[in-house]
Amino acid sequence: MSYDKFTTLTSPAVPLPIENIDTDQIIPARFLKAVERKGFGDNLFRDWRYDKSNQPISDFPLNQAKYSGKILVGGKNFGSGSSREHAAWAIYDYGFRVVVSSFFADIFQGNALNNGILPVVVSPEFLEKIFAAIAADNNSQFEVDLQNQKFTICATGESADFTINPYKKHCLTHGLDDIDYLVSMKEEIAAFEAK
Amino acid sequence: MKEVEGGPSVLYIDQHLIHEVTSPVAFLGLEKRGLKVLRPEKTVATPDHNVPTINQHLSIKDELSRNQVEMLKKNCANHGIVYHGLGSEGHGVVHIIGPEMGLTKPGMTIVCGDSHTSTHGAFGAIAFGIGTSEVEMVFASQCIMQPKPKKMLISVNGKLNKGVTAKDIALYVIAQISTSGGTGHFVEFAGSAIESLSMEGRMTLCNMSIECGARGGMIAPDQTTFDYVKGRQFAPKGEEWDKALAYWKTLKSDANAVFDTVYEFDAANIEPMITFGTNPGMGIGISQYVPNSDKLTGNDKLTYEKSLKYMGYDQGDKMVGKQIDYVFVGSCTNGRIEDFRAFAQFVKGKKKADNVTAWIVPGSRAVEKQIVAEGLVEILNAAGFELRQPGCSACLAMNDDKIPEGKYSVSTSNRNFEGRQGPGARTLLASPLTAAAAAVTGKITDPREFL
Repeated sequence: MSYDKFTTLTSPAVPLPIENIDTDQIIPARFLKAVERKGFGDNLFRDWRYDKSNQPISDFPLNQAKYSGKILVGGKNFGSGSSREHAAWAIYDYGFRVVVSSFFADIFQGNALNNGILPVVVSPEFLEKIFAAIAADNNSQFEVDLQNQKFTICATGESADFTINPYKKHCLTHGLDDIDYLVSMKEEIAAFEAK
Repeated sequence: MKEVEGGPSVLYIDQHLIHEVTSPVAFLGLEKRGLKVLRPEKTVATPDHNVPTINQHLSIKDELSRNQVEMLKKNCANHGIVYHGLGSEGHGVVHIIGPEMGLTKPGMTIVCGDSHTSTHGAFGAIAFGIGTSEVEMVFASQCIMQPKPKKMLISVNGKLNKGVTAKDIALYVIAQISTSGGTGHFVEFAGSAIESLSMEGRMTLCNMSIECGARGGMIAPDQTTFDYVKGRQFAPKGEEWDKALAYWKTLKSDANAVFDTVYEFDAANIEPMITFGTNPGMGIGISQYVPNSDKLTGNDKLTYEKSLKYMGYDQGDKMVGKQIDYVFVGSCTNGRIEDFRAFAQFVKGKKKADNVTAWIVPGSRAVEKQIVAEGLVEILNAAGFELRQPGCSACLAMNDDKIPEGKYSVSTSNRNFEGRQGPGARTLLASPLTAAAAAVTGKITDPREFL
């Protein structure tokens, strides 16, 4: 799936201090009926964002003008539940490139990386500092440096290192995906099958 | 197959299962690259997530659903993939038909664009859910790239109490280790209580392993496994069977295998379970009270209270006696013949409560036919229940089977997330026995009262 290369990003962040945010919340099942990958951002967090008459729910962070930016900050165990990649598509399509949490569900983490979204894992304490920085100043800036694997709270200068698989880092930095790599292994795959 | 330097491993896939929701974008991607499915004979397709569970002989009413199902059929025809369409003998929920047909065998690697692919781990297979990009990878190369998981052992020893099923073990374990306790791990379930389970029970348990965050769950194959596989359509036959069996018997963890994380539970401590919140880890024994949040702080506390508010429950509430509105029996978790036998046996000679709407949805055509063949359908009808047609149905409510806003449903499915069974729906996860007890009383009821 093609996506824009990722190197560094400085942006304010949108806080979602809720834990175990599952993929049914990120994109409810009834919006999975498309056969193409487009328009999923409109339904990101649909049932938290809109009431049943499709009016925006005013206290949900995505509806609050004071919050903006390409970084989404969620509580622990972000992306649990269903394997639907539509969750990653919706987050990317809405305009986020980075999701920060103290940890991610495995399948979501893989799906994010395969779609140009950088999942940044920080300690629970550092996550609290990020939420606090946003609370202190909604426009607080954060710097995400993929090359040096560093997430910085610009206001305080505090930073946290994050880990990423070197191969996935290479993919993200160059906008590549796994399929090109796997297709190039054709002969090795045939040899393995013959064993 | 291969380790990428500094990266994930390349894993060869023996069996790929696909359905209508997570495959169309993968087919599209493949076509954009000018590729064909590399090994179409290793992929099997069926529409399940998005199909109606009544009048399946008619054209699907919902245009988007119909389009998605037709797209799957067309893509399979274009790429030479076997397709089990609506109403055909092989149709059903993808994780039900795989084992039924004998496609699922010990030692295989099995993937599907669905997190409950962990079901197939019950056979000692390495089975897990993948995203659509990975579905495309399997199409293109029959391989995917995966980081190596950590290993977790969950042992449950002892004899299971009366009225306690595989579903209760699953909900108990998840309540103990939380919905994220298994993150980064592949789980092996072991111990005498696990060994005592039928293959169908083992599938229920492994199915739910994703709900503790694990990549997958598995159980070492044994005589129960071999007996189940033998004679099925795609099981090896004759000499091939002997060869396969000899190999399968080698597939168990060494006695001195090292696990990164180990949990041990005593079967005696498990009672029929029910969930009270909005994730599968929020479960308690049915005789218990909704826990209070005193020990929680910060976002933990806020999240917990948000969850209870959604459910309309208070801390300290007793679960037994709470009124319910719907009962859903089905899904890849509890949609197999033993589940319907248990439900039918329980409701035999009783009547469905007037305040309850019940959706009884077989996991496959084969299960549906078996229900009829065994005379269970008469028992169900006499008790006021109707059998629907196979599909994922109200488990994720992508079709018309949606629990209305604010209503309570005792469901044998796998997730009680907010809105999972329809916008505003409130789900109480439980076993088929506990669902049956609720269906005939109209409220949360301890099934042991009737056993």
